This record gives sequence, C-alpha cells and structure tokens, in this order.
Amino acid sequence: MTSFWSIWVIVLTLACLALILGLLLWNLKNYVGVEEGESCGHEFDGIEEINNPLPKWWTYMFFATFVWAVYYLAAYPGLGNWQGLAKWTSSNQGVTSLAESKRATEEALANGEKVQLDQEIIAADERFGPIFEAFAKQDIETLAKDEKALEIGQRLFSQNCAQCHGSDARGGIGFPNLTDKDWLYGGSPDKIKETLLIGRVAAMPPWKAALGEQGVKEMTAYVLSLSGRKVNQKDADAGKAKFAMCAACHGMDGKGSVAHNLPFGAPNLTDNIWLYGGSQRAVEETLNNGRAGVMPAWKDILGEEKVHLLTAYVYSLSQDK
Amino acid sequence: MSQTVASQTEYNYKVVRQFAIMTVIWGIVGMGVGVLIAAQLAWPALNFDTPWLTYSRLRPLHTNAVIFAFGTSALFATSYYVVQRTCQTRLFSDKLAAFTFWGWQAIIVSAAITLPLGITTSKEYAELEWPIDIAIAVVWVTYAVVFFGTLIKRKVSHIYVANWFYAGFIITVAVLHIVNSMAVPVSLTKSYSIYAGAVDAMVQWWYGHNAVGFLLTAGFLGMMYYFVPKQAGRPVYSYRLSVVHFWALVSLYIWAGPHHLHYTALPDWTQSLGMVMSVILFVPSWGGMINGIMTLSGAWHKLRTDPVLRFLVVSLSFYGMSTFEGPMMAIKSVNALSHYTDWTIGHVHSGALGWVAMISIGAIYHLIPALFGHGNMYSVKLVNTHFWLHTVGVVLYIVAMWISGVMQGLMWRAVNADGTLMYSFVQSLEASKPFYIMRFLGGVFIVIGMLVMAYNVYRTVSAKSGSLTTDANTQMA
Repeated sequence: MTSFWSIWVIVLTLACLALILGLLLWNLKNYVGVEEGESCGHEFDGIEEINNPLPKWWTYMFFATFVWAVYYLAAYPGLGNWQGLAKWTSSNQGVTSLAESKRATEEALANGEKVQLDQEIIAADERFGPIFEAFAKQDIETLAKDEKALEIGQRLFSQNCAQCHGSDARGGIGFPNLTDKDWLYGGSPDKIKETLLIGRVAAMPPWKAALGEQGVKEMTAYVLSLSGRKVNQKDADAGKAKFAMCAACHGMDGKGSVAHNLPFGAPNLTDNIWLYGGSQRAVEETLNNGRAGVMPAWKDILGEEKVHLLTAYVYSLSQDK
Repeated sequence: MSQTVASQTEYNYKVVRQFAIMTVIWGIVGMGVGVLIAAQLAWPALNFDTPWLTYSRLRPLHTNAVIFAFGTSALFATSYYVVQRTCQTRLFSDKLAAFTFWGWQAIIVSAAITLPLGITTSKEYAELEWPIDIAIAVVWVTYAVVFFGTLIKRKVSHIYVANWFYAGFIITVAVLHIVNSMAVPVSLTKSYSIYAGAVDAMVQWWYGHNAVGFLLTAGFLGMMYYFVPKQAGRPVYSYRLSVVHFWALVSLYIWAGPHHLHYTALPDWTQSLGMVMSVILFVPSWGGMINGIMTLSGAWHKLRTDPVLRFLVVSLSFYGMSTFEGPMMAIKSVNALSHYTDWTIGHVHSGALGWVAMISIGAIYHLIPALFGHGNMYSVKLVNTHFWLHTVGVVLYIVAMWISGVMQGLMWRAVNADGTLMYSFVQSLEASKPFYIMRFLGGVFIVIGMLVMAYNVYRTVSAKSGSLTTDANTQMA
C-alpha cells in the first residue's frame, strides 16, 4: 500500500471513530429543550418520543468497545501500513512460491516478528516431529508391518492423497489404483518413495493427426487385443504394423515402461488394467487426444519423514497379507 | 382505526396494498423453496437429477426470493405507508410508485426464471445478470425519488426516526448494488465482474454484509420504529438513543464486510479493521433493540392478548440475539471455529426468520386490516397460531444449526496424537445429518405458519369492508 492510501485509511478510520464518540458524548447531555422523561413535543401519526437519557450500562459498554478498539488498532495491523506494536501478522502475505515463503519465514524469525502461521508450524513440528523422526529411522519394509506406523500412514493418506486416489486407494479415471501390483513407475519401496518425493509427470501424445481416424480405430483394436479382448482381426493386424511408434515408451511387447526399466510412466497395455478406461471409446479418446498425468511432489509440502511413513502405507497396500 | 377509511382518499394505499399482499405470497414461495433445499441437504435424491432442481440453482433462488421478494416487498409496503402517515402527505407520485411495484415484481419473476436456468454472476446475493441488474438500479432510483419526494413535501416540521432508517437503507442499497454489480457483458446472459481476486472478494462482501446491514437491518428498524409504538400505543422510549444508534449504526456497518473474509488472502489490516468495526457495532445495534423493547414500558400486559405485538417484540429479541452473535463471530478466534460451518447458517436465519420475518409478519398483520378498512384481522386466533408455529420453527432451525455448526467446527480442527486430522470431511457431514432433518422440520413449521397467514389475509381482504371490528374477536384462548 502506498503512503497515500495508508494515510487515507488511517484518516477515514480515526475520523469515523471520533465522530461516533463525539455523537455519543453530545447525546449524554440533554439538548432537547424539555425535561428528561418528558415528551419531545412532536407527534407523528400519534407516535410521540420521550426524552429519556441513554441507558448508563449501554453507554459504558460503548466506551468499553472504544477503549478495546484503540488498544487493538495500536497492537495489531489495521490502520493502513501501521504494523502494530505486537509485530504480529497472520502469515507471510504476498509470497507466491515456496522459495519466497521460506525466505520470508527466515527473515521474520531474524527480525523478531510474530508470524502466526510460521509459529504454529514450528510448534507443531516440535510436538509431533519426534514421532515421525523415530519412524524415519526404520526401513519401509519393517514399517509396512508396523500397525502404529500404518495407522498414521493411513491418516496422512486420507488427508493428502484420497482426493485423487480415493479413500480406499483404488484410484479412479486418470488416478492409479495403489492396491494392485500394476505400477507405472515401480512398486518397490524406493520407487514409491521417489514418486512421492519428487512427483511424476506423464505425457501420452495425441495421435489423431499422425494416425488419422482409420489408423486410430486400427490401433485401438490392436491395443485391446493385447489384453485378450475380442477385436476385428484385420484392424488389429493393421494396428500392429504401426505399433513401432508406440514402442518407444510402451515397449515392442506393449508391457509398459516399468517392464523395460524406462522412466516414462507408460502403462502396461497387456494386463487389462486401464488408467483412463478400457472401453473402445475410451482407448480411442486416449489415442486421439493424448493424456497428461501429474503426481505432485510432496517433499516440500509434507517433508521427507512423513513421506517415508506414507510410502510404507502405500507399499503395504499391494503386499499380500 | 376508523380514520383509515377516510384517509384512503388522502393517502396512496393502493401501492401499499399491492406490496403487502405480495409480501405474503413471496414469503410462501421463498420459504417453500428454502424447505425444499433443506430437504435436499438431508436427502440429496430430491433434486430428481434435474438440473434446474439442483441445490446449486435453487439456493440462490431461495435467498433472492426471501430477501428481495419477501423482505423487500415488506419494506416497500411499510415505507410507503409509514412515510405518508408520518409526513401527513400523499406519496410524491402515484405513477412512479406504481412503476416501482410492477417493475419490482417483473424483476422478481425474471430472477425466478433465470436462476433455475443456471444464469448467474455467481456473486452471492447478487447472482442476477446484468440486464436485471440495470432494471433493479432503475426501479431503485425511482423508489428513492418517490420516498424522498414525499419527505420533501411533508406537512410536519421534523422527520420521524423511522424515515431516517428507511432513507439510509434506500440510499445505501442503491450505492451497494451499483458498485458491486459493475461488470463487462459478453452476451445477454453472461457478464464478468470488473473486479478481480481479493478486491473482487472485498467488494462482494462490502456489498454482501451491507445488504444485511442496510436492507435487512436499517430498513427493518424503520419498520420497527413505526409499528412497535403504534401497536403498543406507547411513545418511543428515547429520542436521543435513536439519534446515537442511527448514526453509529450506519457509519459502522459499512466497514464490517471484511469479517466474511477472515483467514483468506485479504490483507491482515483489512481483516482486523473489519473485526474492530464489527465489534463496536454490537453497541449501536443493541441501541435499536433497547429503544424498541423499552417502548413497551407500561404496555407489557398487551402481550397477553395481542399476538401481533408478540410477533414484534419477539422479533426484537431475535434481533438482539443475532446482533450479539454477529460481532462475536466477527472476532477472528471465534471465526476460526465458526467459519464455513452451519453456525453461520444458523446465525443468518436467527436474523432472517427471527428478526426480519417476524417484524414483517407483525407489520403486515397490523397493515392488512388498516388497508382494507377493517378493525382487525379475520381471526386473531389464527394470528396466534401463526406466532407459535413460526416461533417453534425458528427455534428448531437455529438450535439445529448451532449444534451442527459447532460440532463441525470442532470435528474439523480435532487432531490425533500424531498431529493428523481426526475426522475426514465426510464424517462431519454424516454427523450433521440428524440436524439437517431437524432444520427441515423447523422450515416446515414456518411454511405452514405462512399458509395460515395467507388464509387469514385472504379472509380479511375478502370480508365486507367494516365487518371485522376491533372488539368482535379479540377474545383468545
């Protein structure tokens, strides 16, 4: 806020409060010209008004709110750019990235400013940190059998992951099922943790232009035939002839990038598990327009220790019990 | 009330009658839609998979219908009546007054068509699209011309306090509506607000809270200042109290909007300032309640026999309760619990059903016999029945939302020993369900009450003029 607007706000605020206070003080006196308790002397459609004084308790309450208002506006931000004697802010307002936020947090700490959100996070870390620190020292396979660890992992999951993967972790259209053994980036503890920490971006390009309508139909037939579906064999054969263009990511056998140790997140096309739906129409849609899958990176949001527990929980889901 | 027949030639009662009748009709429509959407929250299948019956489209229809059709028709009716009688002069222009009636009804009908069709600006309480917004501005300015024109040609030297409140409400609503509705149209049915981001949010809640402050509070205080002393037959308690609380109320309310945006991207200073003004506002708000309640000194016994006075006095109690609750909820640390929960819904309805609806219903019960040349309503017993139906309904509604709201707030902030949240959102929703059913029942009571009112009004209006006298049926159980 520029100084002009700051002064504008301050003047308007104080003038408004001063006028109300003046109004109150003025009306404590009897200026009406008749005795208190008497009628003011005018009459409107039979209604008269009595010149009664303001109730005392009400007046005191009015003054009390003014005293409190002056205190509050002195202590906290409220009067334009005035920061307040308490040096309090709710959060580092105006930051637009995690990096900026970190810098602002450090600066506020160094200057002795009270940033409420930061302080709450510090207090929470102090209180809950040791729990997660202890778990972080154990390896994921062990934690995946530890009931307490899984309980916390499940809670973390329902707050942070269930929005996309579902509260039962069975996923949905575009969001992988985490309870089966089909993995886009690998299902080992290390790979799952990597996915959680750094996130993933997958891109299936659109093939409409390259394949044409007939080409998409043929490729769809071939892709569906890979998982044993009944298709038009002529179309499937024509699709197979062009499959080399898909093999770069899905592999020549269509078993997906994980089977070939590739990091593309290209699904296995032979297992009848479909990330974006396995109907003919859904596969055609995927081929025509492509798909974009994004898993966010949780390292900076949850921190590595919580991700560690979460990994154990997700890993446990696909293990036979 | 024998003078009313004679004064009909002197005053324009036609437009008052029209607005008074429409108040009852729109009340039934608006509250009926409210009951339907309350039922949908408990039993979602009641939207019948029909787009224009979904909650998202009917909720703005409900709010627009009760605020701008029911409440504002009551304000038109009473302000036109009060300004004529307390200025002892006929309305400034019968033609312009008729224009406000037909214009306002046309606006309501167009809202009732466009909102279920999904045509909306998505600004709360300002959902109507730009062509309707322009029509509102035109009708409202005409209303101001009629009202202030009448004030100017008054035959008494002073302006009565009720008219200060009506005047303040009319001017401010015009400013709020025009500023908040500024938009760039892209087609007949779609426009985009000229404000963006946090500024848009702030302008929206500056409008939104003052729709409450000026339309639903100042306007209805105007109503209170005429109908309470009139029905009680007592003078207004304190002239000086009305001076202080009027000016303090109108100058503080306009700052209070930011409390709708606590803990958002709104700058800290704006949030704090909104909270400070909201808390001070508590005192002048109570000034109005004190002046109304104390006006009954020496007339308390009338509550035993007069259900109309009961409506008016109980409305003041709800006014006092919700104007205590509001400033309290505007305090940030209270708001941290209450915000986004049903507590807010409960608070709004203790104001809307307790204060606004009850004072309006009381005023209409006072007006109808006066306007149609009777000494009394067709049945005072039915007025009493309505009073109890409404009171029970409001209490059921508010209590349900208080419990549900506080419970939601507590569930959302509960954490396990490891710092993770104890409940998921769905769990809090499941816990709320019994209270949604209780709220629905409260709404049913209220709508039944309104239907009883409609019958009573119909019988009164259709009775032979002068056949319902003051003494005929004041006897009550």
